[in-house]
Amino acid sequence: MELSTLIFASMLLPTLAMFTNLIFAKQSNLRDSITFAAALATFAVVVCIALKVGNVTSPKHVLFEVFPNVPIAFNVEPLGLLFGLVASGLWIVTHVYAIGYMRGNNESHHARFFGCFSGAIAAALGIAWSSNMFTLFLYYEILTISTYPLVVHKGTPEAIRGARTYLGILLGTSIALQLTAVIWTYAATNTLDFELGGILRDSTLSPTLVPVLLALYAFGIGKAALMPFHRWLPAAMVAPTPVSALLHAVAVVKAGVFTMLKVGIYIFGIDFLAETGSSEWLMWIAAYTIVASSVIAMQQDNLKKRLAYSTVSQLSYITLGMALATQMGALGGGLHIATHAMGKITLFMCAGAIYVATHKTEISQMTGLGRTMPITFMAFGVGALSIIGLPPLGGSWSKWYLMIGAADAHQQIMIAVLMISSLLNVAYLMPIIGRGFYRDDATNPYSGVREAPVFCWLPPAATAFGCLVLFFFAGRIIDFLMPITGIVP
Amino acid sequence: MATASEVHHTALTLTDHLPILQILIPFCTAPLIVFIGSKSLAWPMAFISSLLSLIIATTLLISVSDGSYISYKLGGWVPPVGIEYRVDATNAFILFLIAATATVVLPFALKSVNHEVPKRNHTLFYACFMLCITGLMGVVITGDAFNVFVFLEISSLSTYVLVSQGSHRDKRALTAAYNYLIMGTIGATFFVIGIGFLYMTTGTLNMADMADRLRGQGDNRTVQAAFAFIVVGMGLKAAMYPLHLWLPAAYKFAPSAVTTLLAATATKVAIYVIIRFMFTVFQPDYVFNTNILTWIIGPLAIFAMFAASLIAVFQTNFKRMLAYSSIAQIGYMMLGVAMFSTTGLTATLVHMFNHGITKAALFMGVGALMLRIGTTFYDRISGMGRAMPLTGAAIVIGGLSLIGVPGTAGFISKWMLVQAAFEQHLWWLALIIVASSLLAVIYVWRLVEVLYLQKPNSDVTLKEAPMLIVAPMWVAAIACLYFGLDTRFILDAAATAAEGLMAGSAGMAEFSTATSIAATDH
Repeated sequence: MELSTLIFASMLLPTLAMFTNLIFAKQSNLRDSITFAAALATFAVVVCIALKVGNVTSPKHVLFEVFPNVPIAFNVEPLGLLFGLVASGLWIVTHVYAIGYMRGNNESHHARFFGCFSGAIAAALGIAWSSNMFTLFLYYEILTISTYPLVVHKGTPEAIRGARTYLGILLGTSIALQLTAVIWTYAATNTLDFELGGILRDSTLSPTLVPVLLALYAFGIGKAALMPFHRWLPAAMVAPTPVSALLHAVAVVKAGVFTMLKVGIYIFGIDFLAETGSSEWLMWIAAYTIVASSVIAMQQDNLKKRLAYSTVSQLSYITLGMALATQMGALGGGLHIATHAMGKITLFMCAGAIYVATHKTEISQMTGLGRTMPITFMAFGVGALSIIGLPPLGGSWSKWYLMIGAADAHQQIMIAVLMISSLLNVAYLMPIIGRGFYRDDATNPYSGVREAPVFCWLPPAATAFGCLVLFFFAGRIIDFLMPITGIVP
Repeated sequence: MATASEVHHTALTLTDHLPILQILIPFCTAPLIVFIGSKSLAWPMAFISSLLSLIIATTLLISVSDGSYISYKLGGWVPPVGIEYRVDATNAFILFLIAATATVVLPFALKSVNHEVPKRNHTLFYACFMLCITGLMGVVITGDAFNVFVFLEISSLSTYVLVSQGSHRDKRALTAAYNYLIMGTIGATFFVIGIGFLYMTTGTLNMADMADRLRGQGDNRTVQAAFAFIVVGMGLKAAMYPLHLWLPAAYKFAPSAVTTLLAATATKVAIYVIIRFMFTVFQPDYVFNTNILTWIIGPLAIFAMFAASLIAVFQTNFKRMLAYSSIAQIGYMMLGVAMFSTTGLTATLVHMFNHGITKAALFMGVGALMLRIGTTFYDRISGMGRAMPLTGAAIVIGGLSLIGVPGTAGFISKWMLVQAAFEQHLWWLALIIVASSLLAVIYVWRLVEVLYLQKPNSDVTLKEAPMLIVAPMWVAAIACLYFGLDTRFILDAAATAAEGLMAGSAGMAEFSTATSIAATDH
């Protein structure tokens, strides 16, 4: 099949799933099976693309031109392919999980929920295949709007408030800052194409303004949750857990950092950033976000809030990787997209499983639960260790490459920041497991093993296993991503 | 005097007479509706007539889209003695907007007007509707300054009548129409005084001729006074901040179909006249030297963008909120003019069109809610997004376009405006433009929450609006999405028009070249 057919098929399948959800709103089994088939097919299509293209950058498929020299266009390149694989692969797992969660929890409006969910996946794949900043921005906004109904799903005053923060920050930063940056780039270069080595080098932009433009991008990409625009992520935790799992550990936040990497690598260019030193300030902001949000995470008793702040911290690893402006940093950032996604989705799905089984949301109530739900808590433990970055789990490699990147940039302080962050991760993740397994609670009403429904514990167990697999495949992913550094293997 | 060759030119082929047919068809339909006097025939006649207008407008637009122009001499009298209709890229574009809006609004009006206007007034209502369209198109198509005033009065007088038709539902429509009448008349009077001054100085009423004779008259006090009177007079009609006071009440109390037509076309036509006079009659250089753009129009536009948006945020009535948002959007259009560049003018023209279709979709949504609930206060329309899914979705699409979310028409105009700011290295202005659109996020999202997240009122008919209302609304909503992606038609037409305008009267006589743009582009 033609590559363009595959690209469009990968975006069309989730879009169709969105409509079948709305059409078969009443027949729940049929509806969920069709969506499951669509998820499988989407992943298969993305895998086909991966096998067909490999890690080269494919030519552009131009749909039509919107502004002079700015078309809606798609192509495949290693970073986008990695993001596409992660998003579509984890959609399958999350869909299974979401069926279990939504039914086990008696949530309402299933059709709208799964419909918007599929729409969000289509938008995430659109982001992955975008071959210029304009197309990416278009899908970036579609992703924001299609996830709003998911965040506000419960319709409670708390959900409405949370969703308001969510939409306000994401739409606000993207329209006020990112759009300005995009148009400025266009005015300065007369193109918005992603090109290896960047497009700004030969532009009319004066060197003093390069950091300003970078700031507009860095803060404008609100989905990357760089402080002080991180508030939307904890606010979005009012959404049902499958949403938090896929969208706020994988699709939405990863779309943010993916955009950040794309901007760093293909708009500015790593070498250009390194030569001008324009990204040095961003490094410090990212470092601050890493440490500060870890500290905030320690103080959260609500499990999902704690995970949310942990995500804020981990996302800034990737921003840091870009801001280091070294090849190893960029590679580490790219790898972290995959490893963090796998680890964090495990944690979120475990949190949801605990909620479905016991309706507990606060960590202080979870004493002794590990004995009641051993599989869930073991999966949680594996995910946590991967986030912390201990071998033999995937997370250790991305942290390793980021540290090498920091060393290459002669930023010893950044190595220290990454280490401190690991320690903080230990401090806020391990007590949850310790409390679950090693402390007994006389008031625990459950005796014996009482797991959540199988649809709720199997997916996190699978992704926990995935964390382990990633440890052994990290080298492959690094080789795969190598072209984005400009080094020809 | 018609020479032999011109007589030959105005031979009786239909295509040669398109410019006059554009005006004559709706103009003759209006009295015909009254004479026939049948309530059931009034609507079909109006619809057929507006459909014909749309076909003519489309043909005209296609034939001038290459940058050429069509000059039609009324009765074969050569200008400047006779009246000339002149169609170029700029006004063909606006003609198309007016005709298209009328054609989309009329099917919507069938049900909506039945509901909001008493049956006995229907023939007169549709007659006025046709007269209003005639006036608006006449203002746009004519190349004669006094003729602009004549058509302006035709459209204004019929508009006052149309607005007052809301009195069946709410008596305050009468005061709204009266207010509009007073303000509109002051505006028109100022405008005609301006024309009088120009006639005094130049002795001609033909715009192209006037432009020629005004050359080098920059220091003439009479010309300066004329300029001031024309800008203020048309500013009143365009609801340019702070001359907007008539607009919210007129929009709110007029029947929904009338509001839709006015919001999509009337203010745009006034802006067109301002642009036409500034750039074609007075010449870009003259306008630039008066500094009015930098010191008056520009700052007021920015002020409108923020002040009117802020007021819109605090409204509790959907229709009134849209009215204030219109004032803010007119600010965007004037800002594009104030930037005084080809890109800026393109942004203005594109926004005139895009905002037209956006507001058409939204006001038809208002009409649908009106039909089912009878009012558009937020506490009464709460939860209606679920009861009326099609209306709700169309309103959301219109709202997104109002914000300027990518993939919608509103985004294209915002992009052009910001790009125009960057071209002149006014990065602070770019930030102001995007910051003001954040206010739109607030007022649109407040509405979305009302429609979807609040509990529905139990005492209202929870039914989707009839297809005749929903279909035109969706035509406009889909246009919002379509023109947000496929920009070929709209950007090309607007860019051609803007280039012509920036070239001044040279752009009127023959089409400008790239070099003349470079010369006037600051």
